[in-house]
Amino acid sequence: MSVLAIDNLSVAYGGITALDGVSLAVGAGQIVTVIGPNGAGKSTLLNAAMGILPAGGTIRFGDTNLAGMKVAARVQAGMSLVPEKRELFATMSVEDNLRLGFYRHRGAGRRAMLAALEEVFALFPRLRERRRQDAGTLSGGERQMLAMGRALMARPRLLMLDEPSLGLAPLIVRDIFHTITALRKTGVAILLIEQNARAALQVADHAYVLETGRVTFAGDSAALAADPRIVEMYLGKNPG
Amino acid sequence: MDSTILLILLQDGAVNGAIYALLALSLVLVFAVTRVIYVAQGEFVAYGALTYAALDGGQLPGSVWLLCGLGVAAFIAGLWQGRGQTDAGLLLRLGLETVLLPGAVALLAIWLAPLKPGMLVEVALTLAIVTPMSPLLYRIAFQPLADAPVLVLLIAAVALHLALTGLGLVFFGPEGFRAPAFSEAILTVGPLTIPGQALWIGGLTLALMVALFGFFGRTLTGKALRATAVNRLGARLVGIPTERAGLIAFALAGFIGALSGVLIVPLTTVYYDSGFMIGLRGFTAAIIGGLGSYPGAVLAAVLVGVAESFSSFWASAFKEVIVFTAIIPVLLWRSLRHGSTEEEE
Repeated sequence: MSVLAIDNLSVAYGGITALDGVSLAVGAGQIVTVIGPNGAGKSTLLNAAMGILPAGGTIRFGDTNLAGMKVAARVQAGMSLVPEKRELFATMSVEDNLRLGFYRHRGAGRRAMLAALEEVFALFPRLRERRRQDAGTLSGGERQMLAMGRALMARPRLLMLDEPSLGLAPLIVRDIFHTITALRKTGVAILLIEQNARAALQVADHAYVLETGRVTFAGDSAALAADPRIVEMYLGKNPG
Repeated sequence: MDSTILLILLQDGAVNGAIYALLALSLVLVFAVTRVIYVAQGEFVAYGALTYAALDGGQLPGSVWLLCGLGVAAFIAGLWQGRGQTDAGLLLRLGLETVLLPGAVALLAIWLAPLKPGMLVEVALTLAIVTPMSPLLYRIAFQPLADAPVLVLLIAAVALHLALTGLGLVFFGPEGFRAPAFSEAILTVGPLTIPGQALWIGGLTLALMVALFGFFGRTLTGKALRATAVNRLGARLVGIPTERAGLIAFALAGFIGALSGVLIVPLTTVYYDSGFMIGLRGFTAAIIGGLGSYPGAVLAAVLVGVAESFSSFWASAFKEVIVFTAIIPVLLWRSLRHGSTEEEE
């Protein structure tokens, strides 16, 4: 059964349609990516799924219908979003940011929190070095690590990543994608929004192409990566 | 002016400044968490003072009925906002916080008031009656507006202030009240005679600040409030219910307002509309501190208190003018330093 099943999702800002009848599914333990040009509605899709934007259509998480559920309730149910702008607590320490990520399990006690913290530090050793620093003082790559770490502290069943490579140096992008691959072992399902289509198609099992608010291609990511039209539009002509 | 007068004025200023500091702190807190400029905070000072004075005289304070009325109104508002939702737990919580809690406090007050149970119980009862009004008002007036621009929230806050002043007249009457000091003891240090009440004010202010510091620095709830203040969207994304954070911030502001009223009523006669001017000084301090800095607000509050006591000595007719004019150079300096800043989003 799918972890996330979006059916016929529509979002409009004022009179302008941003998403028009989008359907999409993420299976347990799967990595699913949504690629597409700027302004296609990719971030809108994640924000609607998280409950930040009002949307038409149905969104099911496991066997819960999310209609009318607030953001906090969706987090409680096991969804985590790492937004494009990271939305960290800039004037609080790295460790406090991570501890607040554990808010979902606040009743679980200190030991469980420390265990989750250790897991995140193991995944991003750089955050351990920076744990006493304010989040606002971090570099772009570290901020992305912290945003992902904070989301993982909630131990979600579904992790949604909005452009994790945006504005980062190529070496750091590679690290981030390594981490995404490593997360597959933990069993968390991942919905990945990316402009970096090449890297996204490499890590994902399944892919969707979103153009002006509609899904235009969907399929196995290997198949999509081989599709001539996708290659031309999103991957560039790559000799060899 | 000799050094004795100087010291007395400084002492007076520091005592008043301590009260303003508490008010400024809660204004900064409420603004950071909810973006509401809580103009009506001053009314809580008056309500706290008048409730304590009534209890001290063995009377049942009118604010008990106001509390019950607000509870019922908040219950109805909560039902209306939550229409279509069938979460039994949420409904239970709503009933508990808006009907049961005020009802229990009212019964307790009706039982205890004629017994004249002594200062400590009276203070606790005053806080129990006045503090819950603030989160109830948040539910009624601000929760439905949570996503509105700052200006709309400010207009709502001004309207709330006017409504509460009127309600103050209805429930407390037009007479002013004064209560006896917590302690008649007088401490003599060199040329200074420090009345017990001043020590109470200073001590409680410091204790409350330390407690707030611990709350925001150590507890998860405190950190969640700070997180909401720093980044609302980020807070929602980690699962912090931001309405809950707003309720807690308003409850703290109500508590601090009521406590300030209890502390101040032995020093000066308080009328139903006295709160506004006291709250305005706290507001001045919060603005001078930049409406974002807690230490800045505390420091500015002490300065406002000292400026007030010196100007009432030299030019008492212009006391208010001098204190409130102090805000202008600060605003000028800030706008010159930062240039124009855009309204958020």
